[in-house]
Amino acid sequence: MANTTTSLAPARAKKKPEAGALVTRRKRRYTLLTRHDKILIALMVGVPLALDLLLIWGPTLASVGLSFTNWQNIGPITGKNFVGFKNYQFLFSGYTLFWPAFTHNLIWLAWLTLIATPLGMFFAVLLDREMRGTRIYQSVFFLPVVLSLVVVGFIWDLQFAPTDGFINNVLGTAKSSNLIDWLGNPRINLFSILVAASWRHIGYIMILYLAGLKSVDPSLREAAKVDGATEVRTFFSVVLPVMAPINVIIVVVTAIEALRAFDIAFIINQGKNGLELLSILIYNNSISEASLVGFGSAIAVILLLISLVPIVAFLSRVMRTLA
Amino acid sequence: MSTIAITAPRIAVRKASRRIKPARVVLHAFLIAMVALWLFPLFWAVFASLRPYGDTVLHGYLSWPANGLSFINYQTVWTQAEIPYYYLNTLVIVIPGVIFTLLLASMVAFCCTQFSWRFNLIVLMLFTAGNLLPPQVIIVPLYWIYLNTPIAMLGSIDIGNFSFAIFSDNNLLYDQYIGIILIHVVFQTGFATFVLANYMKTITKEITESALVDGANVFRIWWSVILPLCRPALAAMATLLFTFMYNDFFWALVLLSHGNKRPITSALNNLQGEFLINYNLIAAGALLACLPPIIVYILLQRQFVAGLTLGSTKG
Repeated sequence: MANTTTSLAPARAKKKPEAGALVTRRKRRYTLLTRHDKILIALMVGVPLALDLLLIWGPTLASVGLSFTNWQNIGPITGKNFVGFKNYQFLFSGYTLFWPAFTHNLIWLAWLTLIATPLGMFFAVLLDREMRGTRIYQSVFFLPVVLSLVVVGFIWDLQFAPTDGFINNVLGTAKSSNLIDWLGNPRINLFSILVAASWRHIGYIMILYLAGLKSVDPSLREAAKVDGATEVRTFFSVVLPVMAPINVIIVVVTAIEALRAFDIAFIINQGKNGLELLSILIYNNSISEASLVGFGSAIAVILLLISLVPIVAFLSRVMRTLA
Repeated sequence: MSTIAITAPRIAVRKASRRIKPARVVLHAFLIAMVALWLFPLFWAVFASLRPYGDTVLHGYLSWPANGLSFINYQTVWTQAEIPYYYLNTLVIVIPGVIFTLLLASMVAFCCTQFSWRFNLIVLMLFTAGNLLPPQVIIVPLYWIYLNTPIAMLGSIDIGNFSFAIFSDNNLLYDQYIGIILIHVVFQTGFATFVLANYMKTITKEITESALVDGANVFRIWWSVILPLCRPALAAMATLLFTFMYNDFFWALVLLSHGNKRPITSALNNLQGEFLINYNLIAAGALLACLPPIIVYILLQRQFVAGLTLGSTKG
């Protein structure tokens, strides 16, 4: 992989001086393509694109449209089904689970951004040096990333379970009357599953950040060292600013992870009693417990609008390199 | 994005010093403590899975099993929860899923990076952004599509009690292996296209041009020139996509209704109901379920990490 990835840099560097020549080159390339070739290209892009539009973007737009109806998945949608902003009104003022779920998503986001992601970055910085065993450390921290969140949920259930879990047995709170119900008590269970989610998230961020750190020109650090800067100082004054584009991507990845959260909360208690999340409310309202398609779609639109922030940030960052 | 992927060869400027620095010792001590912390939940699951439930009840969780460790839980869960059957369910979904995703994504990435046309960037953006959406945003209309798309019933391939319908056994896309394969392919094509496009950008366009001059058509160039050049990226993506699809829980939860079609991760969820309180048995089931991705990770660690750092959009 190393040989391919290194070649990315020169390819990108070449792009700019060539810009003037591009026009004529593009013309020549087009003349090389026969009619047959153009049809082939249209098919090779068109078929996957049609699927993407049909199964991803179509439903996204449909969610927006459905959020203004009271349709319940029965019969055709008529003008009578159109209810304007009623679903949103009820969502914000009448539906008791919305604000808790919204808050839980925010807590999830804050936890990952302020605790888990910085820890992953910290591990990356610690391991980004010539040191005995660094590969082993990396492999261990990364191991949970390959596990399904379902399995992560089960593994941590063995730690958190009230009478059978490791933690309560060690603390001696498994049998006493003041048993700590890590996953059942709505005041703490969100944080319990955040610990489990972080177990996986930290390794993921560590690997991303390590790859970024490796791209920092070593001579920068050498120069800082020669100037007498400490390692901590070098990191904050030299490495971190150079890494700005990667920092943005790390934050975006974290935000998207937080908005996607579903599996662990669902495994533990189907997202009830302290573990409500927007994603789970969509599922419960429109598919599993009721078929309030319009209402569930309104929640989906809220989740979509929040998600657009990191998605747009991500696209504007990375499309520059693809352009 | 590609900035992350740049792994410039590290020049060993720092000379390894012979004397042991105290800072190094502290660092290793900290890291070893962290490693212990990281492995403990897994270790505990393994330990729990290796002792019979009765023994745990008798002596408590914090004790060494009186009659030693045994594989009895694994035997029980293997047969009672039909683990091999669910492995097969997963493979039937994941293998075609990975292959089709790589084929479609490499086609799009090839056409968008090797030729300049008006909308190629927009197409790439649509694919990339589509993969970044939370799946729950699209699930309600998608569920409706799955319930209302007629699919031909042309019999089935039966192996023992396993039955793969061609292409549907209820005339619908809903509750079908191909339905799950389809949504995996479409959703992950977004991610794979983005990563492969990043990779293919580094392949000079002159290769495609000279092949065109030599009279090869576009399809041929994609298959016999570009794909072989992308082998490392394809290997990395295959590893990653295998794990993503293997670990999926949500699509199978919503788009399948019969338990006997569920992949192993969502079948595991039912295990919880079946063996309610027997944590040792559940531990054995969970460990068996996560064994294949762990094996893939151990064998193909470099590909795995390369795939993630090439793309770094999801996990």
